[in-house]
Amino acid sequence: MKKVRVLIRPKKGLLDPQGRAVQEMLRERGLKAKNVTVGKLVEFEIEEEQDVKSLVERYIVNPLIEEYEIEEIL
Amino acid sequence: MKFAVCVFPGSNCDYDTYYVIRDVLEQEVSFVHHEEKDLSGFDVVILPGGFSYGDYLRPGALASKTPLAEAVYDFAQKGGIVLGICNGFQILTELGLLPGALLPNENMRFVCKEVRLKVENPNTRITKKLEKGEVLRIPVAHHGGRYYVPEGELKKLEENGQIVFRYIDNPNGSVSDIAGVMNKEGNVFGMMPHPERASEDIMGSHDGLMLWYSLISD
Repeated sequence: MKKVRVLIRPKKGLLDPQGRAVQEMLRERGLKAKNVTVGKLVEFEIEEEQDVKSLVERYIVNPLIEEYEIEEIL
Repeated sequence: MKFAVCVFPGSNCDYDTYYVIRDVLEQEVSFVHHEEKDLSGFDVVILPGGFSYGDYLRPGALASKTPLAEAVYDFAQKGGIVLGICNGFQILTELGLLPGALLPNENMRFVCKEVRLKVENPNTRITKKLEKGEVLRIPVAHHGGRYYVPEGELKKLEENGQIVFRYIDNPNGSVSDIAGVMNKEGNVFGMMPHPERASEDIMGSHDGLMLWYSLISD
């Protein structure tokens, strides 16, 4: 088995209202934060031989609106 | 005409839709559950609103991977008529039967109110009893209704007449005010507003009726 971590964030250029709300909160606290985005993390364990990239693209992410990074932890 | 109303865990407009088809339209209708694989014998398949699988991962994402979603895909490929309302629309985009995606509302709020829609294309299976530019009052109730397609794709939708409805007062930040679209072949439809909630006078509007009458007319 291998452990897989998928980091998902809203695609660049798309409005991310959640990120915007967090950014506004930070700025109201006097912090000069910018480019805040909110994404998600999906982790799972799977058989060694599984092609993770195609699995992630087919079942986990929507490439039209999301960007992702895959980390395989042996 | 024989209608199927798809039921996923978390669907919550299934009974309203069923009621309108059976009691208002007086058509044959059955519920079909998420584990079922057979839609043969049906003329129209409706994917109702709700929060299938709690909107986990993305709205419609998990429902689009069920055996029933696969059956809906095959049904549509064979030319069957499919209408997704609200969460049903989200499922159809996740399933790849309709272009684009539905993102969280621009203002991050759940929007639940009556909106005005303009008929953009009256030559479809759900609008043929309507006129171009006709205005309908139909409610919306969603958190993730901001329709998005990349610019190039949007142009194609325009050219092909795939934009069926536009909002007059855009409630969610949808690109080009889009409220409802269809596929290029004209047999798969998705819309965020709920016509089943505007099908009797007692509901405050019966403007949704014309969509149903269009569907059942030859």
